[in-house]
Amino acid sequence: MATKQILSLLPGIFYRSPAPDQPPYKSEGDAVAVGDVVGLVEVMKTFHEIKADSAGTLTRFLIDNEDAVMAGQPVAEVAG
Amino acid sequence: MSIKVIHPGLATTIQDLGRPGYYHLGIPISGAMDRLALRSANLLVGNDEGAAGLESVFVGPELEFTQDAMVAVCGAELPPRVDGEPRETWTAFPVKAGQVLSFDFLKGGARAYIAISGGINTEPKLSSRSTYAIGALGGVNGRAVQPGDTLPLGNGAKAVREGLAVPQALRRGPGNPAELRVLPGLYWHRITEQAQKDFFDDTWKVANEADRMGYRFQGGKPLEFVEREQPFGAGADPSNITDACYPYGSVQVPSGTEPIILHRDAVSGGGYFMIGTVISADMDLIGQLQPHTPTNFVQVDMEEALAARQERAATLSAIRETLAGQRA
Repeated sequence: MATKQILSLLPGIFYRSPAPDQPPYKSEGDAVAVGDVVGLVEVMKTFHEIKADSAGTLTRFLIDNEDAVMAGQPVAEVAG
Repeated sequence: MSIKVIHPGLATTIQDLGRPGYYHLGIPISGAMDRLALRSANLLVGNDEGAAGLESVFVGPELEFTQDAMVAVCGAELPPRVDGEPRETWTAFPVKAGQVLSFDFLKGGARAYIAISGGINTEPKLSSRSTYAIGALGGVNGRAVQPGDTLPLGNGAKAVREGLAVPQALRRGPGNPAELRVLPGLYWHRITEQAQKDFFDDTWKVANEADRMGYRFQGGKPLEFVEREQPFGAGADPSNITDACYPYGSVQVPSGTEPIILHRDAVSGGGYFMIGTVISADMDLIGQLQPHTPTNFVQVDMEEALAARQERAATLSAIRETLAGQRA
């Protein structure tokens, strides 16, 4: 199985759920399809979705909820 | 004679060197946050230095060319691609009619300046094409570029050689930690000696609220104010002053907690005290700071500020001469 990383296109703050009172988009072990949203990055007062660009199983997140993320940094791994 | 916007990136705006002269009326100077990068990109493609180009923050656009043109991307390390083939930053490269210019992931810096031979030829507003989105002024109908926009190009670029490049030594970007030189200002006496020292000793970090209006910093110790009698017209918070003008580059610290450097789309006045002003020579660097970048403020006096300005003018002259020499 090939493992691929999902990268953040943007620097900012990474969130795993669409809002604080809602469940995360994806949990470790979930299946992901191309285009599935796995998290949000907040920068310059706006939120941007991070989407999977390969299908498979999301094996693990590489950063925590509300952690700072830099442009090009991997946020999750997908095995497919 | 135009280019078509397929995808605009995150926030891509048309910018030139700005519209000075209206700040006293509340209309900001606008224009490229990193003006050396815009000037360099224009010189590389044979434009006047002040021609309008695109400023892209963090994410580049996807542009379809309907005519042959020379292109240069300066400032952030946002690697360009022509029909998927990589091209160098700070270097002139041709794009043919029908080809698509796109960009790879950001490798460093924050804002890339994309110059296209002929320059973007939208209608100037108050003598500038720069986009001031909050005021709906300039740009494309007062806004950032959107998918489907057609950006008109001008004529009259000088012929340039493919591969013309700004030498590495003349490219300028912030270090890590970034250093921004600050000249203490009129309200310096409002904070204690300890707070004056802490402000320059502490390492701050660029906050998420960092845009064309202002750059906010976090992580340093809160500033302690000197006791005072509340002046007429000033708010009750110790960081409040009787309303005053805010210069471009001024560093305000609301409630003494998070410094904000006002940049090219800033408001021109208000009621917060300013610790000082970032010197003109370092303002371009701010436009290249990503959120979370550690930053130190360095105290300078007027002589040092003026020397830095001269040094900066010399760098620009060196870029002009080098490129003119290679072009001939």
